[in-house]
Amino acid sequence: MSYTLTIVILGTILLGSVAGALGCFAVLRKQSLLGDAIAHAALPGICIAFLITGAKHSTMLVLGAIIVGWLGAIILSIVTQQTTLKKDAILGIILSVFFGFGLVLLTYIQRLATSQKSGLNQYLFGSASTLLKADLWVMGVLGSIVVIMMILFWKEFKLISFDTAYASSLGYRVKTLETVLTMLIVVAIVIGLQTVGVVLMSALVIAPAVAARQWTDRLSVMVILAGFFGSISGVMGALLSSFFYQIPTGPVIVVVMSIIVIISLFLSPLRGIVWEKVRQYRNRKLIYQKKSLYQLWLLAQNHDDLTYAHSITTLEALGFHWALASLQQLVQKGLVYKNKQGHWGLTQQGVTEAQRVAVAWRGEELVKERPDYD
Amino acid sequence: MTTQFPAIEVRDLTVAYREIPVLWDIDIEVPEGILLAIVGPNGAGKTTLLKAILGMLKPAAGDILIKGKSYPEQRKLVGYVPQRGSVDWDFPTSVLDVVLMGRYGQLGWFNRPGKTDERLAIDALKQVGMADLSCRQINQLSGGQQQRVFLARALVQAADIYFMDEPFVGVDAVTETAIVTVLKSLRDQGKTVVVVHHDLQTLADYFDWGLLLNVRKIAMGPIKEVITTDNLKLAYGGRTAYIS
Repeated sequence: MSYTLTIVILGTILLGSVAGALGCFAVLRKQSLLGDAIAHAALPGICIAFLITGAKHSTMLVLGAIIVGWLGAIILSIVTQQTTLKKDAILGIILSVFFGFGLVLLTYIQRLATSQKSGLNQYLFGSASTLLKADLWVMGVLGSIVVIMMILFWKEFKLISFDTAYASSLGYRVKTLETVLTMLIVVAIVIGLQTVGVVLMSALVIAPAVAARQWTDRLSVMVILAGFFGSISGVMGALLSSFFYQIPTGPVIVVVMSIIVIISLFLSPLRGIVWEKVRQYRNRKLIYQKKSLYQLWLLAQNHDDLTYAHSITTLEALGFHWALASLQQLVQKGLVYKNKQGHWGLTQQGVTEAQRVAVAWRGEELVKERPDYD
Repeated sequence: MTTQFPAIEVRDLTVAYREIPVLWDIDIEVPEGILLAIVGPNGAGKTTLLKAILGMLKPAAGDILIKGKSYPEQRKLVGYVPQRGSVDWDFPTSVLDVVLMGRYGQLGWFNRPGKTDERLAIDALKQVGMADLSCRQINQLSGGQQQRVFLARALVQAADIYFMDEPFVGVDAVTETAIVTVLKSLRDQGKTVVVVHHDLQTLADYFDWGLLLNVRKIAMGPIKEVITTDNLKLAYGGRTAYIS
């Protein structure tokens, strides 16, 4: 494996897992769009850091991104508290104002005669191939700090994400904890900006959490899974984009991530749409079968023999257009038989089962007193 | 458990949102070992009073003392049951996990709940009749079960004073009875229980004391003395159809 490739893979694993893990808290606290605003707000920070230092020094650029991204988050929280404006509107304004300012600075830098080919516009859509060992160090140190803090404050973050009022009644400084958590999310986002770009970085914060939630009902598993999804899409996206090197890395990562999200939304056994439909279908089938059993049993009450067979028209006359299908299923279960005239009746086993259904639906006494009464 | 201080003491409390008083000059003294209902019409400031006592919002004026000291000094004595609608029940966690949150205050920073905490949590779930659901995901609970989980979480705090915000809203009769039983047994153990309540019909059956509130304090004392026709007219402005 080439040296550059190793760096790219390590880098994307790192940024994907950190963004994915921290993203869970953003999503659970209903702050998905906060990540988007922070990522866009970081662009002017990167540009300002470049203008001040006059070079593309990764520590400085990351620092600039953190400070200005953080500033965006602070302005958001102040404006939300001081005005009655809705949060989504404020988020939209902050995102576009900071991003617009960032684009102005970026264009200015591109036109500076003195600046060597800055390569700063890779921060828009990301470029994994520009990752250097020095970048990896910065990402590694910051990423480790974020993950260690998340583990240390695990129960506190969990508590404020679930129930802030209760947390504050226990004496936790909720405001401080929220600030720390937002700070960690800012850092997790900034780590990925060079590779994924400011425009799409929020996808890597939100999407892994959304996908992971589909597969588990435990926060710890969700966080690990989201980190895993984030790094997989990071690595695959970076590799794919380096094969087709006209495409920037960010969009490819997001495409890979979207596939994971779509699969999760449809196929997860816990909450997936497909399984939900299957469950509903099975349920309906079972209810139809029970209803058929019960109706056959009711009809048979007029005869001495509870296994007496009736024509299907009798059932269909009651409005059960699905009767034939469920009768056939019941024959397979051995609860119903079909005689030579094509009439349907309960087997002995079917009578017992139908009685059980009747008792469950109508209660034991009523079934004993008036079995023929519905 | 008796001290020379009342369980809760509120002096000249005023809370305002943008200059409109939500609570105005409230003076109350809650003795230990009673079951107190805070009653009043919508917007009377019932939840606000609770939040002010629990230090969740800053009053414009006034003092609040829990057994003679400020809330931050005494918060280990206090258990809180928020409104069940205040959280997202699709949060990825289990019943046991939510109840264990009641132990976080005792655990301190960085410590995780252990075996003892789990035993206490299961005990609390037993008290509210939910022990067999301890592994259940919270998104599968009915409204009544959610309320009982919140109550269990407060019970593991082993507090002396409990505050509950509308615990009977949208729960079935079974849950309502279960909650009342727990509240009465807490009272019988000498604990103080303060409940925001809005069903006047059940007031006298469930509670010993009442605080009738409508921005100002209308009346406070033993329940029979508080829910008189005159007092209720004052609080509800003659709009109530309460039959005594």
